Amino acid sequence: MKLTDLPDSRGHFGPYGGIFVAETLMAALDELRVEYDRARQDPAFMAEFEYELKHYVGRPSPVYHAKRLSEQYGGAQIYLKREDLNHTGAHKINNTIGQALLARRMGKKRVIAETGAGQHGVASATVAARYGMECVVYMGAEDVARQAPNVFRMKLLGATVVPVSSGSKTLKDALNEAMRDWVTNVESTFYILGTAAGPHPYPMLVRDFQCVIGRECIQQMPELTGRQPDAVVACVGGGSNAIGVFHPYIPYEDVRLIGVEAGGSGIGSGKHAAPLTAGTPGVLHGFRSYLMQDENGQIIETHSVSAGLDYPGVGPEHSYLKDAGRAEYVAIDDDEALAAFHDLCRLEGIIPALESSHAVAHAKKLAPTMRKDQTILVNLSGRGDKDINTVAKVAGITL
Amino acid sequence: MSRIGQTFTALKAQNKKALIPFITAGDPGKGLTVPLMHALVESGADIIELGVPFSDPMADGPVIQRASERALANKVGLKDVLAMVAEFRKSNTTTPVVLMGYANPVEHMGYEAFARAASTAGVDGVLTVDIPPEESAGVADVFKAHGLDPIFLLSPTTPESRIEQVAAVAGGFIYYVSLKGVTGAANLDTEEVAQKLAMVRKHCSLPVGVGFGIRDGATAEAVARIADAVVVGSRIVGEIEAAPEGECAIRVKHLLADLRRGVDAASK
Repeated sequence: MKLTDLPDSRGHFGPYGGIFVAETLMAALDELRVEYDRARQDPAFMAEFEYELKHYVGRPSPVYHAKRLSEQYGGAQIYLKREDLNHTGAHKINNTIGQALLARRMGKKRVIAETGAGQHGVASATVAARYGMECVVYMGAEDVARQAPNVFRMKLLGATVVPVSSGSKTLKDALNEAMRDWVTNVESTFYILGTAAGPHPYPMLVRDFQCVIGRECIQQMPELTGRQPDAVVACVGGGSNAIGVFHPYIPYEDVRLIGVEAGGSGIGSGKHAAPLTAGTPGVLHGFRSYLMQDENGQIIETHSVSAGLDYPGVGPEHSYLKDAGRAEYVAIDDDEALAAFHDLCRLEGIIPALESSHAVAHAKKLAPTMRKDQTILVNLSGRGDKDINTVAKVAGITL
Repeated sequence: MSRIGQTFTALKAQNKKALIPFITAGDPGKGLTVPLMHALVESGADIIELGVPFSDPMADGPVIQRASERALANKVGLKDVLAMVAEFRKSNTTTPVVLMGYANPVEHMGYEAFARAASTAGVDGVLTVDIPPEESAGVADVFKAHGLDPIFLLSPTTPESRIEQVAAVAGGFIYYVSLKGVTGAANLDTEEVAQKLAMVRKHCSLPVGVGFGIRDGATAEAVARIADAVVVGSRIVGEIEAAPEGECAIRVKHLLADLRRGVDAASK
């Protein structure tokens, strides 16, 4: 079986993925799988999705040659895929439009979502407003505190934000709570899952909706440089922006695919969010993948300066690509990500999301090991306006 | 026949229904679980469901979530739970014990190693909430090979076509979740449950236990009229949470006696 043919009919990427949920959700996931299968073969559905991406999101997003950054880093030429220029400021909107169109098709009037940094929550609240649906967003209480501007954005857009105070009060707990809501309101509610994880068919359908990123790059890079990049670098939390740019590149065997996890205070400290780098396989949130867990199989708390990467699991396709050797995964710690954040601000006039800054930071390490005529494509998954409070706090500045 | 099968056969001969209380292992204290299990048996439990604490109990409501958090704070893991069952078995060799929990702690230990250890400890059945029949290849058969009944859930949303699929792999008894939602939800419609149970019995010869929404003798009686077993979880765990220190066994015994009266009233 080819790497691009996955998952199988039950959502398996080799040993990863699958459907690990309580019986109450099985029928709803089956309904979603059948409906998505019909939708993706329906030219009218796909045409509407593409129309919305063009006229509402503003796609295609440009690829930009970051010349001053490349010069500073001293090696390969760095190109940025500008997902930060999308409506709502990140790649998340590609997926929420796809899922909202599915929800409408299935006659669901209420949507729910989980969010970490708040970008997926904002993107969900946005499409709910756009299509006239009720929207409830679950967000860890700790994230509500550190991402206040996004909480207010969601409220402006008409969504209800529910702070989640169980467990570690972050993204994983928000996901638990969203699942609990879905189990309770399964007939009226569509769950807009924000990353390429969760039970099948979510990892597949989120990937499919995000693949527009990689498909555009495959067209844009030869226009700019005459060929495909030597390496594609993307940050990985749940992994939706990364799989969106990686998946279309899988058949291009000369292109290195590098996923960058959150190294937090350093892998050695144990305070990080890098399951592919330092975790082991297990089952969480409806699927099997690499996880951060202790010797009893309990999920351990993660640490990252970036709320969007603060997640103990990772999408199952990344686990498969790691084992298959088709993609490499590395970790960048908080300090390295913050340094790259400032580099991009000062050298290119772009304030990147802290999540995306992890990818830029790896390009900073990689570029000097490459020739000046080689290219690195960095997926700049989101803009950093939402992070200015966090960056100020780290610098000891009160805004 | 497994201890679970024997229990249901014996109850049927007496025209009685089973009462299955649930507690979370390690809540409220590591040393309190085995005495609580004995207290449950003394006040009328036929089978004990013992919750294995997990950091991310996705299918549980706030009451059992908090019990899980308390147990984890007491550093109770799967190995400790097995040790508790072994301790319980030193003085009780007849009451079946079912472990209920999530896949990851078991997966982390390894299904084969877990099944061997659980069987040695005296566990009779295992319900892993997030392993549906579709993902149970290499799990249910391993459990069966070690004499453990793999217990599966059915829910109001389960279509008739799936009931057969579940029945094909299930052992011990079927756990019918009477409500959509997480554990601890309210408002039980026994008529709706009765209709669904008739459909379940068409495809499955195992006894059927009903859980979710049972809070007192009256609801226990209503459910016992239509099911083979009555499963009570959040109500008991809530009682444990509310009990002042040292009074938890007494409070649970009072509650269980009320539930027992309800269950027995149904067979009169």
